[in-house]
Amino acid sequence: MIEFQSICKTYRVAKRQAGFKNAVKSLFFREYETIRALDDVSFSIADGDIIGYIGPNGAGKSTSVKVMCGILTPDSGICRVNGKIPWQERAAHVKDIGVVFGQRSQLWWDVPVIDSFELLRDMYKIDEKRYRHNLDELTQLLDLSELLKTPARNLSLGQRMRCEIAAPLLHDPKVLFLDEPTIGLDAVSKIAVRQFIQKINAQKHTTIVLTTHDMMDIEALTKRVLLIGHGKILLDGNLDELKKHTSTDKKITVKYTGSTPAISPGMKLNESKENQLTISLNPHILPVSDAIAIIAAQTDLLDVSVTDVSTEEVVAALYKEYQV
Amino acid sequence: MKSYLSLFRIRMINGLQYRAVAIGSILTRFCWGIMEILAFFAIHESGENFAMTFSQTASYIWMQQAFILMYNVIDNDQEIEASINNGSIAYQLALPMNLYGNWFTQCLANRLSPTMLNCLPVLILAMLIPAPYRLRLPDLNTVILFLVSTVLALDVVGAIAVLMHITMFYTISQRGMKIIGRAVVGFFAGGLIPLPYFPEIFQKVVSLLPFASTQSTPLLIYSGSLTGKDAVSAMGLQVFWIAVLITFGYYAMNHTLKRVVVQGG
Repeated sequence: MIEFQSICKTYRVAKRQAGFKNAVKSLFFREYETIRALDDVSFSIADGDIIGYIGPNGAGKSTSVKVMCGILTPDSGICRVNGKIPWQERAAHVKDIGVVFGQRSQLWWDVPVIDSFELLRDMYKIDEKRYRHNLDELTQLLDLSELLKTPARNLSLGQRMRCEIAAPLLHDPKVLFLDEPTIGLDAVSKIAVRQFIQKINAQKHTTIVLTTHDMMDIEALTKRVLLIGHGKILLDGNLDELKKHTSTDKKITVKYTGSTPAISPGMKLNESKENQLTISLNPHILPVSDAIAIIAAQTDLLDVSVTDVSTEEVVAALYKEYQV
Repeated sequence: MKSYLSLFRIRMINGLQYRAVAIGSILTRFCWGIMEILAFFAIHESGENFAMTFSQTASYIWMQQAFILMYNVIDNDQEIEASINNGSIAYQLALPMNLYGNWFTQCLANRLSPTMLNCLPVLILAMLIPAPYRLRLPDLNTVILFLVSTVLALDVVGAIAVLMHITMFYTISQRGMKIIGRAVVGFFAGGLIPLPYFPEIFQKVVSLLPFASTQSTPLLIYSGSLTGKDAVSAMGLQVFWIAVLITFGYYAMNHTLKRVVVQGG
């Protein structure tokens, strides 16, 4: 259970104009600008949920994750994770959580991965039996057996990320924070990581907070999505609702030979290339089957595909709508 | 406690694997030792009476070169510095471990592991060269006092190093602090010139500072300049500084962490 109530956090950022003169000036006078990273943010997350936390760069995602991890102290507001206030009961709190920062590494660079894992075992005081059990399970799920004896520096990014994700699960955390866990991974590794996250959530009932820019992650993993921008929660709902919120349009791509079909009411022409049309269709005005029938009557169809607007586009539309 | 031992262990493993660094630093230490000893030989040639004999000075310098990485306050903890610069400190803050203890442990291991690789070859070479340039082996009591005092010195060094690292939270780059630190610590700890070569009043004041509790105390005990009651009270001062510096550092760290901001990503 994570509660987040009216959390505010501001940063002070040093500012200066470009150029040598201003660099010298800033040695004596520094100008600061205050940035509201979190502005009265509230939400709550139930046990066992997977939450997708999205927003453009600089929206406040990482800041809120850091507050929940106890790394940052907010200026005001209350946050409780499993009933504990992260920054006040840090030691007790961090035992119950696991963290993966996709852009950083927690493995020791020059020693084999297994040494890093054993250090974690001792730091979290995991008893030997449970450690063995978890390690075997993770080794199997993430296919780590070849990697454990290799120093982290010799691993590829995908291999290292598998180890990075295994590391915080050795101590059976109740909440797992994943901050861009698939960043820079190839398609196969991304799918492997997603499947693994689903398994962990299903088997261990681990609450997962996932921040990402990869909408495929969101689509594959989460039902509930929190959209943050300019330090405020803009939307809180499941993915389907989000899609409805922006658009229910279908995208129809038609390949044809012969005369170019005319557009009927309810259709909107997006793109017209040689013998190919892309149309967005409002299914409330004109049902999909009727639309295809109308087009088919006018020309010889070679190929038709009907798709929903992609999550990627939904989110881009949302960012635009909220001007974040 | 086990987690600290484990952290200490992985740091040691990490530090013991850099062979080229070890060979390079053994050679450097040996050449540097000879140069310094020749310089002091020239000074003693002038015929003046100094508080340390030439042979004592030679022993002081050899032991200093052999244990230099152990007594080194600055430049030993690149990983800690890097973790603040690149933000991976975020991970360390999410561990169920006090960050002060975490850093202090790493600081000790970072100094002990290279010393284990370096010290023996330098010590053996230094004992083989002719007297009076040679490293003398004092009696067993002195050796024991030296070892205890070195362990205490290591703790003082670690505590000062952590304080230096804490200041990094407040600055954009640690270069400035390191330059200041290197000059101040090196000078007041007898790193450049052994403290007995300084004027007496100056020496009295400086020997009370925490910097003297780093390398100066064990090295003066080994070379025979600090004996009996003086040696014991100097070691008492070391214990005092350990307590003060660790307590101060612990509270400074907790105070600082309340306002730490890990930026980006």
